[in-house]
Amino acid sequence: MTMHHRPAQEAILLTVNGQEQRIIAPPATRLSEVLRDHLGLTGTKVGCDAGDCGACTISLDGRQVCACLVPVAQAAGQAIQTIEGLSGTATGRQLQASFANHGAAQCGICTPGMLMAAADLLAQNASPSRAEVMDALGGVLCRCTGYEKIVDAVVAWNLPAGEPAGGSGSIGRRIPKLDGASRIDGTALYGADAAPAGPLWLRAIRSPHAKARFTLGDLDAWAAARPGITRVFSAKDVPGHNSFGVYPDLKDQPVFAEGHVRYRGEAIAGIVGEKAAVEAITLDDLPITWHPEAPATGISAGLAAAPALHAIRPDNVLTRGLVERGDPEAAFAAAAFTAEGRYGTAFVEHAYIEPEAGYALRKGDRVEVFACTQATTMDRDEVARVLGLAKEQVTVLASACGGGFGGKLDVSLQPMIAVAAWHLAGAPIRCTYSRIESMASTTKRHPAEVFARASCDAAGRLVSFEMEADFNTGAYASWGPTVASRVPVHATGPYKVPHVRNRTRAIYTNETPAGAFRGFGIPQAAIAQESLYDTLAEKAGIDRLEFRLINALRRGDATPSGQVLEASAGLAECLERLKPGWQALLADAESFNRRTTRARRGVGIACMWYGIGNTSMSNPSTMRLTLDAAGKITFWNGAVDIGQGSTTVLGQIAADALGAPVGLLHSVIGDTDKTFDAGKTSASRQTFVSGKAAEKAGAALRAEILRLTNAGPDAVIRFGNPLLVIDGGRETTLDPASLSPLPDGQVLEGIGSFDPPTTPLDAQGQGVPYATYGFGAQVASLDVDTALGTVKVRKIIAAHDVGRAVNPMLVEGQIHGGIAQGLGLALMEEFIPGRTENLHDYLIPTFGDMPEIEVILVEDAEPLGPSGAKGVGEPALIPTAPAIFSAVRHAVGVIPRRAPLLPHRLWELLRAGQS
Amino acid sequence: MATYLRPATLSEALANLDVDARNPPANPLDRLGILAGATDFFPAAAARQAWFQPTPANILDISAIAELRGVTTGPDGVRIGALATWTDVINSALPPAFDALKQASRQVGGVQIQNRGTLAGNLCNASPAADGVPPLLALDAEVELVSAAGSRRLPLADFILSNRRTALRPDELMVAIHVPKPADSERSLFLKLGARAYLVISIASAAVNLACDEAGRITRARIAAGACSAAPQRLPELERRLAGLPIADAAQAVDPGVLAPLSPIDDIRASAGYRLAAVETLLRQAFDALGRPLERAA
Repeated sequence: MTMHHRPAQEAILLTVNGQEQRIIAPPATRLSEVLRDHLGLTGTKVGCDAGDCGACTISLDGRQVCACLVPVAQAAGQAIQTIEGLSGTATGRQLQASFANHGAAQCGICTPGMLMAAADLLAQNASPSRAEVMDALGGVLCRCTGYEKIVDAVVAWNLPAGEPAGGSGSIGRRIPKLDGASRIDGTALYGADAAPAGPLWLRAIRSPHAKARFTLGDLDAWAAARPGITRVFSAKDVPGHNSFGVYPDLKDQPVFAEGHVRYRGEAIAGIVGEKAAVEAITLDDLPITWHPEAPATGISAGLAAAPALHAIRPDNVLTRGLVERGDPEAAFAAAAFTAEGRYGTAFVEHAYIEPEAGYALRKGDRVEVFACTQATTMDRDEVARVLGLAKEQVTVLASACGGGFGGKLDVSLQPMIAVAAWHLAGAPIRCTYSRIESMASTTKRHPAEVFARASCDAAGRLVSFEMEADFNTGAYASWGPTVASRVPVHATGPYKVPHVRNRTRAIYTNETPAGAFRGFGIPQAAIAQESLYDTLAEKAGIDRLEFRLINALRRGDATPSGQVLEASAGLAECLERLKPGWQALLADAESFNRRTTRARRGVGIACMWYGIGNTSMSNPSTMRLTLDAAGKITFWNGAVDIGQGSTTVLGQIAADALGAPVGLLHSVIGDTDKTFDAGKTSASRQTFVSGKAAEKAGAALRAEILRLTNAGPDAVIRFGNPLLVIDGGRETTLDPASLSPLPDGQVLEGIGSFDPPTTPLDAQGQGVPYATYGFGAQVASLDVDTALGTVKVRKIIAAHDVGRAVNPMLVEGQIHGGIAQGLGLALMEEFIPGRTENLHDYLIPTFGDMPEIEVILVEDAEPLGPSGAKGVGEPALIPTAPAIFSAVRHAVGVIPRRAPLLPHRLWELLRAGQS
Repeated sequence: MATYLRPATLSEALANLDVDARNPPANPLDRLGILAGATDFFPAAAARQAWFQPTPANILDISAIAELRGVTTGPDGVRIGALATWTDVINSALPPAFDALKQASRQVGGVQIQNRGTLAGNLCNASPAADGVPPLLALDAEVELVSAAGSRRLPLADFILSNRRTALRPDELMVAIHVPKPADSERSLFLKLGARAYLVISIASAAVNLACDEAGRITRARIAAGACSAAPQRLPELERRLAGLPIADAAQAVDPGVLAPLSPIDDIRASAGYRLAAVETLLRQAFDALGRPLERAA
């Protein structure tokens, strides 16, 4: 057996970015882990550990590889280059500049991998075509950008830069992201990239069963007997409340389950110890006894399940929503044309490329939590409640966030690591979810079962609409109530409908909790509503775009909740501006279909609206802008930038209000000790709500400076040390060092707050749920392969009323990314617990799946918003799937009613249609 | 205790396998597992690790064995070494009969996977949807299996037994794939159907190799279908019908009867009925595509 014997950990010599490195690690260790943990090269990101996402792409011996798939032993003696090394090369710097100038990096988590793949291509081909770029980068997934701007950036990698930052008057300009550099050179610190020295690691033990009772043996004795294991924490170790949830009255999810689990992936305990030791633990080794039970899977099983999942909801109905107006029954009876149908959608996974990660550290009677999140203040409040501490005893620091899309609004690992940190004072407790753990345990888009009915008069004017929509909220409430309340308000779509009854239910099941996901249920409802309108247009003999134009909500119209739109309702303008493209694409389809039989081309259209901010609830934001004694301007901004660009957009707004070049702003982002509550990054609210607060903060600081210099409102401020204030012919200097400091050392401040005005909805859902709405419409052109049932989306024209595009490049980025996710929802994405828990069985769009996108920005100014701006993050996704389904129907004459429309499902529809 | 062996010679590797085979560990998971490009090994490990399942700890890394590298052409045909990657195949000068294999190689994972994954590993992993298998079946590939006791060659069709099962003995290592020299006139095409453009596991696939005479008559047809049965299958009835047909009529030879060797399943990616219909379509499409340029030439 001598041949079998070899020291397990002999030194391995690596050449990384030109430097020799001596590594002591087991030979089968993933190279990604060695680069990150041993060498501190955290620019190489880990998204899946399975070669599915390409985030860890590096160069090995001159070729792109996934570092997660290379045993470190095989890397010995070969040249390794990481993003840190690429940043030191001329090609790398040019590529990075091109990414910044094209807005090719949003959250930035895939960017190092994209750059490494691009560099590999450019080494072989310095002038690649778009197709060559897609082939070479096709192994890297991006969930934010929709890929188009990445292709733009690589194709133009060595061309001169576009418009630079700087100068004053930044609103409306395509300014590269203010925080862009660190998200492109690998230096931004995401949840898994930073922790104080000497950490212990927490690994959650999760149920492999969807429903089970369990008993835990003596975990203390078990831990004591295992080297490297410090302790195992379970429900009994939670010092405060063993529960969390985003609604104050619905904290139904335990940090660690007590005695029974309600879904596959639910945490029952957390093992803490040295990293290798906790990773080596297997289920057989643990003192846990499972008693699996039959789970309630799907909405009807949830409604029938007894006993109830939660005692507070004996019928398993978490919540109901209603909007009712007029007399829909009478209106249906009198209508000229009526359409109805049943529609369904699947669980959809956010698939941000950064799995949840962070650390917690106890310092005295305080706990600090660093993690990726969309909502620092909510996280702080949850952690404080779980620990039984005052909110002020908890600090939440937002890491760079590698994508969220609603999935990082809920806490995930934060309560677990905080509990462990509380008991193990002084030891940083780290945790990084694996991809599978992230997918199995965190929230999803709600599956929906929708029945809807709509009618119009002979002239095509909508008269009545009815929807009954059930949403599978999984085992815990999360944002189920938000979905149930938002959908009835929006379910008619952005149209004048006098008679409406929309009812929703969110239903508990033994499935993955469904929560917030870009659109909060409205994308699911829009699939039904827009499909019915295509039917009505057909029955009434009216062009589908004209039908929507006839019915479009306009300024002065009342919504189904009785709100009269006073301003900023640009849907009609979106449709008018889509008309030429719509007509050209229809003509193109007609001509194409005359020439072919197997491939059929279709063109579709769909509209959307979306209330910006929380539904009938206060959702204020406060921003602060300061000047210090040296004349430095600091923007204290509590809004978490999840890649969409709020740091840049809010900075532009604040700088313009102050009258300073945006490049002079230093930003402090998302630190609950230092920044005011900006509210969560969701509901497409940061540009509108926090933007208004930023505008007010900038104006307040400007007013302070003008007051101190006795200058008039039109004076120009030259920032520097000292400041120079020019008021007509009079110039005054202001030495900030001469001013007495505020408690935090700053000398001047401007604080601005904004809470959008809304009113509660009454029992019939009548009121003013939102201060403003985003509107939009998209046209899709696609080809259906009638033999295979496959769909190739060729082009999407997206017209969105954003009020004011503060940064058109970033707005386009949101629209591209929303379309990518909408396309995934329509055609390929289906999360099935236990079946599609990874990124090779769960499919999101890749480079080659995206159509050409033409963006039309409509700016119907919102008087309440900063410079007229409102939100765009969620609006972009909502019309995409219904527009695609509308085009499929136009192409082949069948009505898609179930998403995703996988090839075999469309093929079956086509077969049924033929018979 | 975990073992990681990375011998530089084949004989050392075989000796290690021999020891392991003679003294099989009680737990099959503790067997010495053969590792080359690691593109299947790590994803499988991640899936087990996530649910607290044990992962293989004893590894025989064959990547340092120089004699297993490369794609070489000899008088009798082409040898694809066990360490040859998808990229190695793409970059090799090979006759048109290998076009299908190259097309499949370009559609396995992303470039990152193509740069690391090996064809031999794809065969040993024996997934029903393995994209390397149909083109190699259509080329009548053989695999060379070597142990300390000797070596043997098996037709690929006899090597892959079913889903994730092969004829590889515990003491054996696949050292090469051998493809007999095809006719110069033989042309080939691989068509893959997936639900997205890149990084996709096949719903169905088809590899078609056709040799024709100067008149455009098919002299020899070799056809295989993937992801439609526990192991990819040749379609002998179709091959028989095609022999002698003008290539322009080849598509007409396809009907459900020739798909008898296939037994697809319903899974998350597609239904069984769809798979059969899809592979029928892919085959017709392949014949049409291969027929077109020949007609032009004629």
